[in-house]
Amino acid sequence: MKVFLAALRISLRAIARAKARAALTVLGILIGVAAVVVVVALGNAVRDQVLEQIATLGANTIYVFPEDTRASGARVAARPRLTEADGEALVREATSIAKVTPLSTARGQLVVGERNHPTTIMGIGDDYFDVMAYSVKRGESFSAVDFRLKSKVVILGDSVRKELFGSQDGIGEYVRIGKHPFRVVGVLAPKGQSPFGEDQDDRVLVPIGTFRARIQRSAPGRVQLLVASASDERTVERAVTQIEQILRQRHRIDPDDRPDFGVRTQAEIRKSNEQTFTILTALLSSIAAISLLVGGIGVMNVMLVSVTERTREIGIRLAIGAREGDILLQFLVEAVVLSTIGGLLGLVAAIAGIAVLRQIVDWSFQIPFDAVVLAFGTSAGVGIIFGFLPARRAARLDPIEALRHE
Amino acid sequence: MAEPLIELREVSKDYVSEAAIVRALRRVDLVVERGDFVAIIGQSGSGKSTMMNIIGCLDRPSTGRYVLDGIDVTERSNDARAIVRNRLIGFIFQGFNLLARTTALENVELPLVYRGVGGGERRRRALAALEQVGLADRIHHTPNQLSGGQQQRVAIARALVTNPPLLLADEPTGNLDTRTSLEVLELLQRLNRSGITIALVTHEHDIAACAKRLVRMRDGAIQIDVRQEPTDAAAALAALPSREAEEKRA
Repeated sequence: MKVFLAALRISLRAIARAKARAALTVLGILIGVAAVVVVVALGNAVRDQVLEQIATLGANTIYVFPEDTRASGARVAARPRLTEADGEALVREATSIAKVTPLSTARGQLVVGERNHPTTIMGIGDDYFDVMAYSVKRGESFSAVDFRLKSKVVILGDSVRKELFGSQDGIGEYVRIGKHPFRVVGVLAPKGQSPFGEDQDDRVLVPIGTFRARIQRSAPGRVQLLVASASDERTVERAVTQIEQILRQRHRIDPDDRPDFGVRTQAEIRKSNEQTFTILTALLSSIAAISLLVGGIGVMNVMLVSVTERTREIGIRLAIGAREGDILLQFLVEAVVLSTIGGLLGLVAAIAGIAVLRQIVDWSFQIPFDAVVLAFGTSAGVGIIFGFLPARRAARLDPIEALRHE
Repeated sequence: MAEPLIELREVSKDYVSEAAIVRALRRVDLVVERGDFVAIIGQSGSGKSTMMNIIGCLDRPSTGRYVLDGIDVTERSNDARAIVRNRLIGFIFQGFNLLARTTALENVELPLVYRGVGGGERRRRALAALEQVGLADRIHHTPNQLSGGQQQRVAIARALVTNPPLLLADEPTGNLDTRTSLEVLELLQRLNRSGITIALVTHEHDIAACAKRLVRMRDGAIQIDVRQEPTDAAAALAALPSREAEEKRA
């Protein structure tokens, strides 16, 4: 410890003597550390933002969609199909599923008087709101009668309402879809943008039966998609297994054959997104890390200069009894002090940078603790790694040669 | 006869370069007893610096043995030799070799730092050493604020601070005028009387005259090795015209 403190004092003095040079070296490390921390913070913020949005879609959600089984060379061209009855069977038979809604979508034009607006029209079941975590803000939802009679009623997404009715809620008014007038019964509570950048409020809902009868003609009971919600976040996997079993049975598919439907969970979507962002952050921070490496080379450069400049001093120290280890430690500590000061200032710069970003973008920026530890550790490590070679060169100097050095 | 401090036994040193082998020392035997004051003289290339480096444990002999204070240091590791230098030898160089921008006190403390002596003790001993060389009032001066003579006194204090049995002085007066040289020699003679063994390399005969024993080197071998009646540096100093008189004349 005493030896270390002595080395520290000598190093600090040496640094104080070449202030400008030390400052530039420190700047190199500072930029590297700040870059790493800010980039990681930025990456994490974007990821959190996306994941938070994905969470608004409902964590328990499971999508079931028809899948073409026509493999190359297959003779039988089975048309994939999913029906409302499949959905009902899932609710009835699968213990891990709470609710299922059919979902069919089409693009269509909505017209009110002079105004019109192209949007996505969704045919839904009455559990749509629970499964997809939507709610009706004004007016009311569809009634059982609406579903049974395939009534021409519509619930507007908030963006659609704004387009067509401006500041009015439009409830009770009629909008024309195709050639059919639909009565507006409700308006959805706005949800904002999806993680994929689409406006989740730019949609209108109609009962699934109405959809098949009036929007896009198709066979009775046919749906494009079944959306199920698992009874609990933890039972999602079991729910998926149950869906596969039940639908294979209903569609009479051998266990060895490929099913005519696919199942994807929200968790998978979340995971794949998480992975994407982790990779992205890793990529960006490795680019930032290059600047840290460059900073490290700066440390090495300055240390080599310092060793050459102080050859005579090293000779004196060796002559009066410094061991190689003492000299090594002296220069190593000097390098580490330089890079650690750079690391500390880099952290300060990063925190300031993140504060500025917070003002600009409305994201939840965190100072990433792991990045802080990493960047700081790395900067100290950089000092040791890039300081070692010059320090060893100093320690191995021949005292006679070093004393003769001018 | 006093017991030997330095024993060089058939020491040779060859420097091998691409062009030739330089035989800097040829089977030199030298025994220096405790309390002696040896002047080593010779022309440049005579091998006196090489011998000094070997005695100072800064260099190793190619063949032969070197025993210092009863320790055979011939085959010791670099670190072991660093410890030997720190404990047994005080170095005084021609160019003073003080650390620049470092106060006299801190320069003198330096060998104790490498010995692991604590701050308070270090300071106390450094102050004592500076007192001994008459620089107690200059402890916070840095080398560029001191005259050549004062710098050499700081260097001597640094050599003394570890209480080594041996002082090695390599052309200690080479950069000094006659008066300052005599002052340094007076100091060395005083230290020698207190029991410290001194080996001094010089090429000036009047400096060598202050030693008790004269060794002349030539072509890597000892040519002459004689005892002599040393000139008293204090007396020589007194015989010089006073500093004021010199200044008046100038």
